[in-house]
Amino acid sequence: MSDHDHHHDHDHSDLSETELRVRALETILAEKGYVEPAALDLLIETYETKVGPRNGARVVARAWADPAYRVRLLRDATPAIAELGYAGRQGEHIVAVANTPRLHNMVVCTLCSCYPWPVLGLPPVWYKSAPYRSKAVKDPRGVLRDFGFELPEGTEVRVWDSTAEIRYLVLPMRPSGTEGWSEERLAELVTRDSMIGTGLPKQPHEVA
Amino acid sequence: MEGAHDMGGVPWSSPVRPEPNEPVFHSEWERRAFAITMAMGMPGGWNIDMSRFAREDRLPADYLGMSYYQIWLAGLERLMLDRGLVASDEIEAGKPLHPAKPVAKTLSPEDVAAVLHRGGPTERKATRPAMFATGDRIRAKTIHPPTHTRLPRYVRGHVGVIERVLGCHVFPDSNATGAGEDPQWLYTVTFTGPELWGEASDPNLKISVDAWEPYLEPA
Repeated sequence: MSDHDHHHDHDHSDLSETELRVRALETILAEKGYVEPAALDLLIETYETKVGPRNGARVVARAWADPAYRVRLLRDATPAIAELGYAGRQGEHIVAVANTPRLHNMVVCTLCSCYPWPVLGLPPVWYKSAPYRSKAVKDPRGVLRDFGFELPEGTEVRVWDSTAEIRYLVLPMRPSGTEGWSEERLAELVTRDSMIGTGLPKQPHEVA
Repeated sequence: MEGAHDMGGVPWSSPVRPEPNEPVFHSEWERRAFAITMAMGMPGGWNIDMSRFAREDRLPADYLGMSYYQIWLAGLERLMLDRGLVASDEIEAGKPLHPAKPVAKTLSPEDVAAVLHRGGPTERKATRPAMFATGDRIRAKTIHPPTHTRLPRYVRGHVGVIERVLGCHVFPDSNATGAGEDPQWLYTVTFTGPELWGEASDPNLKISVDAWEPYLEPA
């Protein structure tokens, strides 16, 4: 992360001015009685500690371990995901799409930053960035090279642009060499990026 | 509206740069900007389409010159100013100068979990049959509304295929202006790479958008 500051240059310019502006705005809203500071703290805590890609990893691991669950997930993902307790804001209507040896799925929101919060949490900066939003729909293989991997020639690449309130979750392929693994162990292999389609699951030796 | 937010296919020189072990927020002000934006939805009474329009309805230099949560903040300020919940002199002064406007409801800590879990489903009961079925060939209309729309520029005028019928959903173009939900049939429409980007495109590439019926015509 040595080049962190170059990732999103304007994130760090006039930071102090923005910092002061936000602090003042929160004070105004709290003093006017529009927001309750304890509710704000809870919102932050929820997305920093409870709602994140570990949720999605549990969904994927179950789909890998339980063929009937996989069928339910691919047929109608919203109720299947709710079986594990994940639902709501920015995940009201979820569609799960499965990778196969011949098909690779990738999810983007070219217009803003739509992302399946209940299963993946809040989106990373790169997902919201201009390079990803512009390039994913035109040169997804180039995006994958930015992430350090190359798809085999001939693989169909399928890009889902989340332009409505449908949110997409990629179901990556289960790595070989994981026969008989528990759902908990399988979930360790599932990375956030593998559920967006910009990465692959870890291999068994990476979590041994 | 046409704006810098509509980024699909726009040439961009820099690569995508993933950040290893990225934190959820990069600073304290991002945490607070996120939280006040989420919490103000209830007393503010606006909908998600109004929020999106408030963020994207700005000149390209303005939009591209701000970070993600700076855009959220600018959108939130716009929504609150428009409704008289805060005044610009208060934002400049950094403190309240006028009495609060009465609001119907605020978000209490006890309600946070339930409100998030409930979310805001957009599917509505259909009042008429869908015009298109899976497999139909359609053309995305060439439209340039001055108001909010969710039909990205890069598919306008292009021919695609209906891949899924997603039900009847709140229509953002109407909902963003306050003209009501006006639910419309929503479809996943799939285009080939060469159709959108020309002969040089990967023939094994397919791209879909989710498009409401008023965006589409038979092809």
